[in-house]
Amino acid sequence: MMSKQQQDHPPKWAERFLSWYCRPELLEDLQGDLNEYFERNLKTKGIKKARLIYSIDVFKFFRSYTVRKPTFVNLLINWIMIGSYIKTSGRSIVRNKLLSFINIIGLSISMSVGLLVIAFVSDLMSYDDFHEKKDRIYRITTHYQFLEEPVIDLASTSVKTGNKIRENLSGVEEMVLLRNGFSGDAHINETTLPIDGLWASESFFKVFTFPMLSGDQRTALKEPYSLVLTEKSATKLFGTTDVIGKTVKVDTANFTVTGVLKDIPKLSHLRFEALASFSTAEILLNKKDANFLGWDNIWSNYVYLLFPENANVNAWQTNLDKLSEKESKSIPNKKISLTLTPLKEIVLGKKYHNRIGPSVAPYVVWIIEGLAIAIILSACFNYTNLSIARALRRAREVGIRKIIGAVKGQVIIQFISESVIIALLALAFSFPLFLFLRTQFISLDKFILELVSLDISSQLIVYFIILAVTVGIVAGFLPAFFFSRINAIQVLKNTSTLKIFRRVNMRKALIVVQYTLSLIFITTSFIGYKQYKDFLRLDLGFTTENILNIKLQGNRSDLLIKELAELPEVDQISKSSMITNLGSFYGAHIKYSNPNDSAIVWLNMVDENYLPIHKHRFLAGTNFLLRPKKGEESEVIVNEQVLKRFDIAKRDPVKAIGEVVTVDKHKLTIVGVLKDFHYGTVEEKIEPVMFRYSSDEPEGYLNVKISSTDLLSTSESIERVWKKIDNVHPIDAGFYDDQIQMAYNQFSVMVKVIGFIGFLSICIASMGLFGMVVFTTETRLKEISIRKVLGANEGSLIYMLSKGFLILLTLSALIALPATYLLFDKVILINFAYHQPIGWMELLAGAIAIGLLAFMMIGSQTLKAARSNPAEVLKSE
Amino acid sequence: MKGTNLGEFEELVLLTIAALVNDAYSVAICDELEKITGRSAKLGVVHAVLNRLDEKGLVKSKLGEATSTRGGKRKRYYTVTSAGKAALIKSREVRDQLWDKIPDLILKRA
Repeated sequence: MMSKQQQDHPPKWAERFLSWYCRPELLEDLQGDLNEYFERNLKTKGIKKARLIYSIDVFKFFRSYTVRKPTFVNLLINWIMIGSYIKTSGRSIVRNKLLSFINIIGLSISMSVGLLVIAFVSDLMSYDDFHEKKDRIYRITTHYQFLEEPVIDLASTSVKTGNKIRENLSGVEEMVLLRNGFSGDAHINETTLPIDGLWASESFFKVFTFPMLSGDQRTALKEPYSLVLTEKSATKLFGTTDVIGKTVKVDTANFTVTGVLKDIPKLSHLRFEALASFSTAEILLNKKDANFLGWDNIWSNYVYLLFPENANVNAWQTNLDKLSEKESKSIPNKKISLTLTPLKEIVLGKKYHNRIGPSVAPYVVWIIEGLAIAIILSACFNYTNLSIARALRRAREVGIRKIIGAVKGQVIIQFISESVIIALLALAFSFPLFLFLRTQFISLDKFILELVSLDISSQLIVYFIILAVTVGIVAGFLPAFFFSRINAIQVLKNTSTLKIFRRVNMRKALIVVQYTLSLIFITTSFIGYKQYKDFLRLDLGFTTENILNIKLQGNRSDLLIKELAELPEVDQISKSSMITNLGSFYGAHIKYSNPNDSAIVWLNMVDENYLPIHKHRFLAGTNFLLRPKKGEESEVIVNEQVLKRFDIAKRDPVKAIGEVVTVDKHKLTIVGVLKDFHYGTVEEKIEPVMFRYSSDEPEGYLNVKISSTDLLSTSESIERVWKKIDNVHPIDAGFYDDQIQMAYNQFSVMVKVIGFIGFLSICIASMGLFGMVVFTTETRLKEISIRKVLGANEGSLIYMLSKGFLILLTLSALIALPATYLLFDKVILINFAYHQPIGWMELLAGAIAIGLLAFMMIGSQTLKAARSNPAEVLKSE
Repeated sequence: MKGTNLGEFEELVLLTIAALVNDAYSVAICDELEKITGRSAKLGVVHAVLNRLDEKGLVKSKLGEATSTRGGKRKRYYTVTSAGKAALIKSREVRDQLWDKIPDLILKRA
């Protein structure tokens, strides 16, 4: 019956809202009118509609003349009271030093991570913000598909796309074509320095905002052989920025400097030392590459479009669809389609191949934000738990306040402002921590160093303060409501009637959540670390020990080899076009007996020393027998997978020797079959691979086997040799093992970050638990003493006191461990073709460590309580 | 002076209050307006107008007795003040003067 009665009433919240905002003198009349209408509607339109109309009307009455004005007296009272709140907050902070310490340290540690994430995300969000027309700039993105192979998404596109858009399509204000690969050695008089930049068409400055120090933006990139330098590169090349009209010889072409730009902001996805006019590329490259203007030459050009204001970009997409449909007819077997990507989604968006500049997938940002929120929440839980636990003491204060005349709202304001004060205090502590974390974070990985600056701006400071206030409100929310509901008379008459332990279940739940998160983090990092170590230890099928890979950078290998061979530390030297197992791939189509069956086989061009140095294992056949010149080779060495793929000689390595395969129209005889090895990283399955002979790869590598154990001095003497041969380019060399470690660096960065977060969250959760234990044992001290007097021994007391906490920890372990296991087994490790199974050791290690830590804390405190002299405790009442 | 001019709807409301004599409270005014003009009078609008008339001193109000019909809330009854009466009379006079000037034949058809 009761609920029926309830149903016939207008919505409660709407009534409350009305009486909240409405002026008291108008309120009764308005309520009456609305009630009268409600009763009418109830009869004619039914209950649901009547309630709806009532709510709508409540909002409709929200007008300037009905709204209660904040009276001066109220404002004044709140203002005066803030002083009192600050004073009582200060007192309660000082009174309970341990709990305040736990709260402030926990909040500041977690907030420093929050600050770092804010700085990081705000840097990512402000990428390319300096372009004045940033909202109207779009990049053309190409989607390429060969036959039925998977679609490749490219940031690059063809020159033809740009030209067609310029010629035919209306609705675009400007189009700029860029091309990468403008790099080489710049010769000025006698000096030679490497330079790296982009080809850019003349409308570059109409689309992008790069202010010029000198030169004319309108014409700087118009004429062929024009060159625009940045302040930095001009100083590097000439020693001055006053360089207009000077000549720079890049490789073989002479360029004239037509402009000098201010240095490029760090948060720009376009990064270059120099811009060369695209008209030059058209002259130089058109000669070299017959397909320069081909529709399928989509690998190194970029088209950016500037749309007019208020243009309908989505509708314009149909123009691109029509264009690609028409042009794709000229390219059999291939499919190319084009889409538009807004400028602001280039850095913080999907990862495309062939992109210019860095890119971060949005899900990475979500994960980072999620981690930060998780540990900040954990610290907030501490605050909430400890505040409510202390309720016994604060309750009297609230009781007095209420009796003097505080209303509910004022108590809420008091406790929220207390937690905000503590959060702001924690912010002050967390700022130096943030500065420390920032240097650590930036040095984690070269990629991060190049990606963000994490500089502090006034905007960032505002964000920081907003974070602190939000954290304060979140942490203080529950305690504030808890205290505001206290019944003053009951509290003052007899505190024991106050049901502070009514919230026990909520507090338990918060502890379980904290520990579950901590366990997930720490176990994840343990498992991740173990897997990472396993990747490095994986048997690749060849040896990488003491091999130094030196990039030739266009130098003549024979000169370098001659010099290097004279060093006593150098054992053997080989040449290769690429370094395997670092994640890069070169492939060629090969055919066997069936002319219609071709497949991509991964390729490395090597000399006769490569396979022995790397100790590749031959199943049959030998190393290369002939030493042909370039383009005249007739031998190939393959791995087992090639035999399997083409079913050569029924997969028998011995019989496969002498079989002939066709690679790019060359007929090559198999002279050796290698045991399978890892050409790609462990993420990839082992696929067909072949080695072809090449005695000279100027863009390739030297693989130097070093016999000395003093790697440092050896590297130094090798660098001296390099300087003799090439004084322009700094040496680019690395030990194979280190390079492999670098290839998995992303993984190790992830492990480090999650491990660090896990460590912090354990610290925070442990501090919270410690606080709770201290508090419970203190409040139960009398009970303990009485039990002791009655004959309980220490063991049973410790058991009694710690039982509750241990159950909570066990519960969180039961949630966290299976969750982490499933996360790795079903989500993460699926991406790695070769990985070790998850071991019990690393799965349980985190839980055991946390368990021990928690047990020590609980044990030490309960032991202290259990050992206390009952006479002392019971005496003082 | 802005305060003394009556808007069209204000005048209608004021007239209704006068017509309802002792029974003029918000909901009744709404109903009466709806009945006579034939267009729907929204409670919110009428309320706003009543508030404005009150500010201008053309009406005064007092709370009545509590009844069971409105959830126990009292009604606010409005009466026209002498300033209100003057305003009504004045606007009627203006109209009458204008009506008198119109030659009969122009409106004959109606």
